Amino acid sequence: MSVTKESHGDRIFEIVNYCIVTLFFLIVLYPLIYVLSCSISSPDLVATGKVILLPKGINLAGYKRVFQDSNILTGYKNTLFYTAVGTIINLIVTVPAGYALAKKELPGRSFLMYFLMFTMYFSGGMIPTFLLVKSLGLYNTRTILLILGAFNTYNCIICRTFFAAIPKELEEAAEIDGSSRFRTFLQIILPTSQALLGVMVLYFAVAHWNSYFSALMYTSDDKIKPLQLFLRKILILQEASSSMLEGLDDDVIAEQTKLKELIKYSVIVVSSLPVLILYPFLQKYFAQGVMIGSLKG
Amino acid sequence: MQVKTTTNSVSVTANVKLRRFLKQIWKYKAYYVFLLPAFLYVAIFNYGPLYGLQIAFKDFNGAFGIAGSKWVGLKHFESFFNGYYFWILIKNTFVLSVYSLAVSFPIPIILALMLNEIKGRYKKTVQTVLYAPHFISTVVLVGIIMTMFSPSIGVVNTVREFLGLERLYFITMPKAFRHLYVWSGVWQTMGWNTVIYIAALSGVDSELIEAATIDGASRMQRIIHINFPVIKPVIVILFIMAVGKIASVGYEKIYLLQNDLNVEVSEVISTYVYKRGLLNAQYSFTSAVDIFNNVVNVVMLLTANAVSRKVGETSLF
Repeated sequence: MSVTKESHGDRIFEIVNYCIVTLFFLIVLYPLIYVLSCSISSPDLVATGKVILLPKGINLAGYKRVFQDSNILTGYKNTLFYTAVGTIINLIVTVPAGYALAKKELPGRSFLMYFLMFTMYFSGGMIPTFLLVKSLGLYNTRTILLILGAFNTYNCIICRTFFAAIPKELEEAAEIDGSSRFRTFLQIILPTSQALLGVMVLYFAVAHWNSYFSALMYTSDDKIKPLQLFLRKILILQEASSSMLEGLDDDVIAEQTKLKELIKYSVIVVSSLPVLILYPFLQKYFAQGVMIGSLKG
Repeated sequence: MQVKTTTNSVSVTANVKLRRFLKQIWKYKAYYVFLLPAFLYVAIFNYGPLYGLQIAFKDFNGAFGIAGSKWVGLKHFESFFNGYYFWILIKNTFVLSVYSLAVSFPIPIILALMLNEIKGRYKKTVQTVLYAPHFISTVVLVGIIMTMFSPSIGVVNTVREFLGLERLYFITMPKAFRHLYVWSGVWQTMGWNTVIYIAALSGVDSELIEAATIDGASRMQRIIHINFPVIKPVIVILFIMAVGKIASVGYEKIYLLQNDLNVEVSEVISTYVYKRGLLNAQYSFTSAVDIFNNVVNVVMLLTANAVSRKVGETSLF
């Protein structure tokens, strides 16, 4: 413990520091609360700007519409599929590669490393990639959305750093017991790497859940489009999904327009909630998922 | 005779070496199998398109394919450099990314140093909230911007009206575009970008801090002289990497924020490539633009790296 008492200046520092951090905290928090509040408020009060912070006139009409919409449901189902299967593919491609690259004695290791890292800095670009995908017959298929980005250089470096820190004795003991390298990896290494796997699952799953541009480029069929593309229609292009505003009566047009605004807030909440609920559970592992000192090849 | 034996013995030793090498490889075969999926993916999806880059020097014609199209030399590069859009794109791209870098790079550093001085549950709660925007999709982020800044129902305009100011349609204002882009980026990334600095700060020697405290160093002095030097190498590395991406501001968010009214400031190289290339099918021309963009990035990265190596002790390679 420190012997000296906190000085006057340090106490002022403490207070100022708390205030500024709290300000940052509120700035980040406010839009989240605002959207949530609007999504459960009455459409009239939202439309007239009465909802500033807390919800007013609780009303779940927006959510009802969202869950009745066939496009949103299709998108949701597709996104769940892409996220689940795509994440598994990501893990199979990226994690074992990181493990192998952590082996300093591996012949050809530095060549393989450069081969994989080069792509961080130079790429073929959008058009040649698009032409390649087309020529492979993968345009407008679910497959391309699953495998695009299957290998992630950045995450592979994180894996490599993590595995390099595991004591060698662990593997050596297993090998003396006659375990093959596959078994050592699957039964000894992976079970001790839960922190890494947790972070990897989170990074990959969130990337799949949130991605829209590759779907925009590579799909044309509504049946295979992910949720984010339908969100784009509603939120950005301002097209309310037809089935949401079905049976539009002239009398209720005003009512429907207000509802259309409400739907935006509900749809934001519905699409973001799964991820926002998930990440705090893995928060304590985030620090291990960064690549300090490992950026150099 | 003599010559023959030497070549023979050379080939024998070469043979032995090769066999030893193959034996080594065989010994580690499992690891190569581990690397195989990554290798194949990168070979196909990252190196494969490099083959297609040649269309930048050709007039690509779908009927003839990549190899069969006619060579045209630097025609597409020339028409890009001399084209009306060239300087507009360069300016928009650089202004946007330099503005973005100048604001969103230092804020997480300061925030991390401040968060590091806070202890206990409050710190964890603050961190949880600060990380949240990172997990929100680009589409949703732009959706939130559009609703909050909406001229009719957005809270920003409600407040403006309350203060006696006129309602503004921010999304369509060229003047507002860059600020919306940059500051929404700060909102989304500042918390998440503290993670790496906070991890580095956990490596600060606590005995050093105690010793400094006993010697009468104030907290501010401790931060400047102990904490900051610890994260400095991380800052330098991240900065070099950020400079290497300066010519490639992400099209994902810009494309969503873009509309006919703000396009004069929001059109950057990558959105231009997407629109002219994929939507208008000018494959060869936009591949040339892409190559130019890539070369600028690599040059920026190497320059930043060289400067940093000369000035300080840290560099990426």
